Amino acid sequence: MFELAVLDSALRMATPLILTALGGLFSERSGVVNIALEGILLTGAFASIVATYYTGDPWAGAAAGVFAGMLVSLLHAVVSIVFRADQIVSGVAINLLAMGATQFLTWIIWGSSANSPPVAGMAHWALPESWGVLARVVNPVIGHYPPLVYVALGSVALAHVVLFRTPFGLRLRATGEHPEAVDTLGVSVHLMRFSGVLISGALAGLGGAFLALNTHQFVKNMSAGRGFIALAAMIFGKWNPVGALGACLLFGYAEAVQMSLQGRDVPTQFVQMIPYLLTMVALVGVIGRARPPASLGKPY
Amino acid sequence: MMKATALLLAVLVVAFAAGCNATREGGGSGAFRVGMVFDVGGKGDKSFNDSAYRGLLRAADDFGVEHTEFEPGQDADRETGLRKLAQADYDVIIGVGFLFSEAMRKVAVDYPNVSFACVDFDARPDETLPPNLAGLTFREEEGSFLVGVLAAMYTETGRLGFVGGMDIPLIHKFEAGYIAGARYVTPGISTTVAYAGTTPQAFADPAKGKELALLQYGRGVDVIYHASGSTGNGVIEAAKEVNRYAIGVDSNQNYMAPGNVLTSMVKRVDNAVYRIVQSALEGIFEGGLREFGLADDGIAYAVDQYNEDMITDEMIARVEEAKAAIVAGEIIVPKE
Repeated sequence: MFELAVLDSALRMATPLILTALGGLFSERSGVVNIALEGILLTGAFASIVATYYTGDPWAGAAAGVFAGMLVSLLHAVVSIVFRADQIVSGVAINLLAMGATQFLTWIIWGSSANSPPVAGMAHWALPESWGVLARVVNPVIGHYPPLVYVALGSVALAHVVLFRTPFGLRLRATGEHPEAVDTLGVSVHLMRFSGVLISGALAGLGGAFLALNTHQFVKNMSAGRGFIALAAMIFGKWNPVGALGACLLFGYAEAVQMSLQGRDVPTQFVQMIPYLLTMVALVGVIGRARPPASLGKPY
Repeated sequence: MMKATALLLAVLVVAFAAGCNATREGGGSGAFRVGMVFDVGGKGDKSFNDSAYRGLLRAADDFGVEHTEFEPGQDADRETGLRKLAQADYDVIIGVGFLFSEAMRKVAVDYPNVSFACVDFDARPDETLPPNLAGLTFREEEGSFLVGVLAAMYTETGRLGFVGGMDIPLIHKFEAGYIAGARYVTPGISTTVAYAGTTPQAFADPAKGKELALLQYGRGVDVIYHASGSTGNGVIEAAKEVNRYAIGVDSNQNYMAPGNVLTSMVKRVDNAVYRIVQSALEGIFEGGLREFGLADDGIAYAVDQYNEDMITDEMIARVEEAKAAIVAGEIIVPKE
């Protein structure tokens, strides 16, 4: 259970969750519930494969994933911030829309509503051989995982700094807690919330791009509930980047252990319950009460 | 709230409509028409469904029949899809995958003038099928035995892996045959087995397939046989990434990663589909269960320009010897 192959697998499984949970964090800290993360993740996955298919460059694919994620989250932002609609309903609608639209577009582009053709994936980072000793020492470290794994881990640190060490982060958090106060001080609540939701779209879109580029193709509904699991991880991590990271790693690890225990005389069906059991146990036993931002879900 | 509900409804309608795409080619009435409904892995899975689709296209080319494909968006769409085609007076309707078995039974009785065929039909013991329903099955364990022989001869680490899609008896046949074949060469060989899941979605999850394969490769396995639809695309991707070996399934998948795909266990769903269309066209369609295996080339292993450098004459000799023994009934390949 603690061999390197399992830990590696855990980190890779956690990566889309980490990016998506961070996304959820920015949205919810600004006061907007974002269950559309599932749909954004799926759209990001789809867009990244389309862009990679046409340009041949997976980094262009990742950029497209980010862009598509922002586009979908913009829809959520307009509906729930400008039109003050119910944020849960908007999120559910976006998830269903993303599911149908990605299948429909896959069918239009590739003639199958289930599978895209394979595309190029991201090459692992590596210094050129000519760097000699330095390349030999550094490459096993920076080239061990797909590049976006490092990007995800870096994003956690960045999110922490932005949220807790910058004026923007302070305003964002204040908007989620007490928008009236923010408004009184002359900061636009709508602007802060739009920023939060758009950042969330960008991060979840990137999570989707990792998911798809790591498998080199798009498959219908490939998000497979990861957006919701990321949301749970965010709550589990008490709306904190580092906490969310921990929760995502735990979920990823449970998933990896589940896969590695197979074929060892434990029934598959039982083994596959492990991640969910762990989630329940952790939620009940470990974290105690999680307090959401005070104005979460309330239109302003 | 009214607005929100209306929005939700609109989106639901769009999502549903997009979930059931049907393509129609041709359009004139009176022509012979064949409808095909795909499995979870869907068209473009490069494996099971694509094999069936190739058979359909070949029949369309050779006989000039019109054809329509339907990709169910959700589980419930499966029977709906069959009924829609039957109502539209299609002459032959083919369901690709065991998931259609139950729906086929019902729909075939309701439309006695339409010929139905179900690939991988999940027959009940002593079941008699309606005269207009053909249940097609394959002895996958026989082909899996042969690729097991090749894997056991090719491995350097002496460890073989298997990644299955959904954990069901149909896929256990692949596993059992493969392991039996490997043990035929090396009696005490080590095998690691994993399944992607317990729902049909397990046939369409390449991300999971890749992780399962990387785990097995990380533990010293160097050849993995997959029987998992498009989930297996992830297995082949993993083989390429860590430069180990995979064995393809259903379609010939050797080309997907030349040098990393040792061989493929080819299930000639295409031939079975082709023959069904042909027999219906000639008016000699017969219902009932039909099984294909090594003896009638319904099952094969693939050697082509992509893997001929990996397969030695010695390996061919051994695998052909096993094949002859299976066809002659000297080796009985286990199914469980």
